Amino acid sequence: MSSQKPNSDRRHTIAVLVDNEPGVLARVIGLFAGRGYNIESLTVSEVDAVKGYSRITIVTSGTDMVIEQIKALLDRLVPVHMVEDLTLQGPCLERELGLVKVVNAGENRIEALRIADMFRARAIDSTLNSFVFELTGSPKKLNAFIELMSGLGETEITRGGVVAMARGSGIGLRNAKS
Amino acid sequence: MTGEPHIARKPSEHLSGAGVIVKALQDQGVEVIFGYPGGAVLPLYDELFKTNNLRHILVRHEQAAVHAAEGYARSTGKIGVVLVTSGPGATNAVTGLTDALMDSIPIVCLTGQVPTHLIGTDAFQEADTTGITRACTKHNYLVKKSEELSDVMHEAFYVAANGRPGPVVVDLPKDILFADAPYFAPQDVRPCAYQPKTNGDLTKIEQAAELLAKAQRPIIYGGGGLINSGPAACKLLQEFAELTGFPVTLTLMGLGAFPASNPNFLGMLGMHGTYEANLAMHNCDVMLNIGARFDDRVTGRIDAFSPRATKIHIDIDQSSINKNVLADIPILGDAERVLTTMIDYWKKKKLSPRVDSLKSWWIEINSWRSKECLKFEQDDKIIKPQFAIKRLFEKTQNRDVFISTEVGQHQMWAAQYFGFDKPNRWMTSGGLGTMGYGLPAAMGTQVAHPDALVIDIAGDASILMNMQEFSTIIQYRLPVKVFIINNQWMGMVRQWQELNHGSRYSQSYTESLPDFIQLAQSFGGTGMVAETVDDLDKVIDEMINSEKFFIADIRVQKEESCFPMIPSGAAHNEMILSAKDTENAKTSAEGMALV
Ligand SMILES: Cc1ncc(C[n+]2csc(CCOP(=O)(O)OP(=O)(O)O)c2C)c(N)n1
Repeated sequence: MSSQKPNSDRRHTIAVLVDNEPGVLARVIGLFAGRGYNIESLTVSEVDAVKGYSRITIVTSGTDMVIEQIKALLDRLVPVHMVEDLTLQGPCLERELGLVKVVNAGENRIEALRIADMFRARAIDSTLNSFVFELTGSPKKLNAFIELMSGLGETEITRGGVVAMARGSGIGLRNAKS
Repeated sequence: MTGEPHIARKPSEHLSGAGVIVKALQDQGVEVIFGYPGGAVLPLYDELFKTNNLRHILVRHEQAAVHAAEGYARSTGKIGVVLVTSGPGATNAVTGLTDALMDSIPIVCLTGQVPTHLIGTDAFQEADTTGITRACTKHNYLVKKSEELSDVMHEAFYVAANGRPGPVVVDLPKDILFADAPYFAPQDVRPCAYQPKTNGDLTKIEQAAELLAKAQRPIIYGGGGLINSGPAACKLLQEFAELTGFPVTLTLMGLGAFPASNPNFLGMLGMHGTYEANLAMHNCDVMLNIGARFDDRVTGRIDAFSPRATKIHIDIDQSSINKNVLADIPILGDAERVLTTMIDYWKKKKLSPRVDSLKSWWIEINSWRSKECLKFEQDDKIIKPQFAIKRLFEKTQNRDVFISTEVGQHQMWAAQYFGFDKPNRWMTSGGLGTMGYGLPAAMGTQVAHPDALVIDIAGDASILMNMQEFSTIIQYRLPVKVFIINNQWMGMVRQWQELNHGSRYSQSYTESLPDFIQLAQSFGGTGMVAETVDDLDKVIDEMINSEKFFIADIRVQKEESCFPMIPSGAAHNEMILSAKDTENAKTSAEGMALV
């Protein structure tokens, strides 16, 4: 017997294979905006130039019922070929690229370099009082790095958003509907 | 649009863009277009001028074009086609498109657009039509290359009708209408990513059948999805109900999917549904939902909705399942196919219902029925609105009759007192509740069924919202009937103000109503007024025997309210049966905020 248990919000990473055509991103975003669902991260890029497919990675959070709605609503969009809930399939691979500029001097500069080294971040630009670090890793790792850097000077941050894939030998989104 | 590389397809011919569109419409079997011209679509109108077998109905407002196409679609099961110009033509169509989206009506709406090189320049009559309609269509297209035109046209028809039906917009820049364009026939079109599942999961269907066979207090709750699936699905529902002896209730959009005259029918459920239908929903132990979407007008307070039922939900749209109410057995598929499988299984396994418990369930249902929740008292003077509709129903039973409605009390009374034994006979705006829907919908219905008796049951306020269509109705000699339940109020608004706002009737009285008979005459139609009970039958007879556009102005009891009613925010078992109950029934604070 079903009851309306409002269970708690959970973070999900959803991959969507779409036709690369104008307006498709607007449809996806409109679907979230129109219903007040939250987008934590969204990335999109073409992944198959011959077939003209793009892959969108969306990180969102909601109750099980909301997540199920989101996937069903995505799946009924006409240009959508496939929707995959990576979170449901066990821990997936998530990577994000971040650029972190930190402006500082003296001891803090040395400390920034030391921490960057530990995180395997690369300095891709430097002046006498600043660095720009490039870092790839899980969103958590980026968060940790950014937090440490912000203690070492004035920072400017840009992040690319999450790209994700299931672990293992299974090929997910290649088996599109048509 | 899929980017699948096409293996060198050969176009069957080369035409102008406008030529391709007309050809595609013909190959899709379109017979009628509802439209209104303008600068951006003139090349297409020029092409139509040269075409003999496509009928164009010139409406008087683009909103009405969409509602007319909805009436046409709903009453035939075909796709309704609309053609409007850019800018204001497209924005005027938005209400109709939203209406069609909410009620899952298949529509293809062609909109003009400024030429591609002017898009984005704020050109004259430019509107971002695909942007504006993204949220009110199932899908939309902006055609920027003439090579894509015939694929887009065919795909638009496919998308509108398959899966959960809905409106599709094709936005057509003017230069594309002039450009050379290859034509591909429907069988040669490129593949489409949209492939809805229709068969239903076999194990789930079997599970559902087993569960139903064990049910002690079962109910079938059917919706508009049955009508969309088609008459065959409705027949199967009837077969299943007769096979099992289960009670059936229908939503507003589902009326006609099961014969109202069948003894198993409990009437409509929901806010203004019958007492027996709502209580049976509340107390059932197994619920079979076929093509309904647990709308808030149906469920009432969601946490009190049917608390003890195991719920089976058959729907063609995955996103309608588990949206408002969790389904224990969700079945994604088309109603006709799923019912076919379920009935086959039922017969093959020789399943049978639990006769004893079913018998006591019916005794309980009949005790609710005996409340006669739709009873009203008619004196010999002032016409009760319920009585007017009841007489209209009784007097049209030997006729091929189609009913549309506007929105308000009259709509609910029509749903309560007009029985439908067949699908596709009932055109009403359920999801959006659009005043002004009924007249153009009746018009579209009459275009599809020229010899039928088509009646718009209207309110005096609603009818003013698309009355410019009287002119269209006269032009095409459509013998549409308008049966106005005239209470001088925006009755439904008045009722809510009485119930929830201390009878402070803010802006709900209509001063200066026109003389509806003179109004009909000024357009070239005719009409009659019924002031008292004695006039009523005569006016109805005159109306249904008239071969012209006819307005019946039925002056009814002005302050009558529509009952039974589940106040907003209340549960099914907290129904108000009559005005007397309302004194104790206080709408909860939460309920006050609901629409
Ligand atoms: C376009 C639109 N505007 C406003 C409303 C809100 N509304 C719902 S019912 C109603 C009153 C309808 O009055 P009338 O047509 O006279 O019908 P009655 O309720 O009196 O039968 C109104 C204003 C609506 N449904 N649609």
